Amino acid sequence: MDTRFTRGKSNILERPLTRPKTEVSVSAFALLYSEMVQYCQSRVYSVSELQTRLADMGQSVGASLLDVLVLREKNGKRETKVLNMLLFIKVNVWKSLFGKEADKLDGFPAKVTAHWHKGTTLMIKFNDSVIARDKALDGR
Amino acid sequence: MSGSFYFVMVGHQDNPVFEMEFLPAGKPESKDDHRHLNQFIAHAALDLVDENMWLSNNMYLKTVDKFNEWFVSAFVTAGHILCTALDSSLYGIKNFFNDVYDLYIKFAMNPFYEINAPIRSTAFERKVQFLGKKHLLS
Repeated sequence: MDTRFTRGKSNILERPLTRPKTEVSVSAFALLYSEMVQYCQSRVYSVSELQTRLADMGQSVGASLLDVLVLREKNGKRETKVLNMLLFIKVNVWKSLFGKEADKLDGFPAKVTAHWHKGTTLMIKFNDSVIARDKALDGR
Repeated sequence: MSGSFYFVMVGHQDNPVFEMEFLPAGKPESKDDHRHLNQFIAHAALDLVDENMWLSNNMYLKTVDKFNEWFVSAFVTAGHILCTALDSSLYGIKNFFNDVYDLYIKFAMNPFYEINAPIRSTAFERKVQFLGKKHLLS
């Protein structure tokens, strides 16, 4: 981030983090969203590549959202167990993104891929090491 | 070197994202030997932080290691960015970590900032320095 033009001051770092309750206009959001999808769509030749690109874009959104949401909703307690993390995504993340909680939480494999099957189902594929670690933690 | 303090944020690939040294007034230049040592100590503590972070729900992991007179304290963010601080006293570290975490979140919400990329912002550095003075060198 280049701060040559701001002489070392940054407003963003001064704003309060909790409960700003800012609103964005629906048309601005819709425009941005449609442009993102069109941008990806015009550069790929297959549906799966489109899905990958959109997922990549979403990944950085999710990464920054994670910190904010954990701070706001859970008061600074991180999730260490897989199931709790999934529940967190189902309840908090979905609520902040789409206004309501996700419908169902099914049991798990690993590696996040988006599947189109009766509405959108996100299958999350975890590495074996994660499952093993989770089992070890449960046993403690 | 008592009274000085070293802080580093480490990303997912053990890459440094941000580092800062606080020296008390009266030591005009930092000794280069000690700078390398600080990085080494913080890096060596990463394994311990990795182990400890699965054991508790908290972000603040207290002291994970000790080296001569330095205490290594650690803090893990929700996105698993590890923050380590080398200090000779533990007073005020928790508040410092919380304030820096606040600052980091605001910085990371920028959609142009890639997670794990090094933080190069004068405003950020200034604020961290201010927080360091406020919590640790008083």
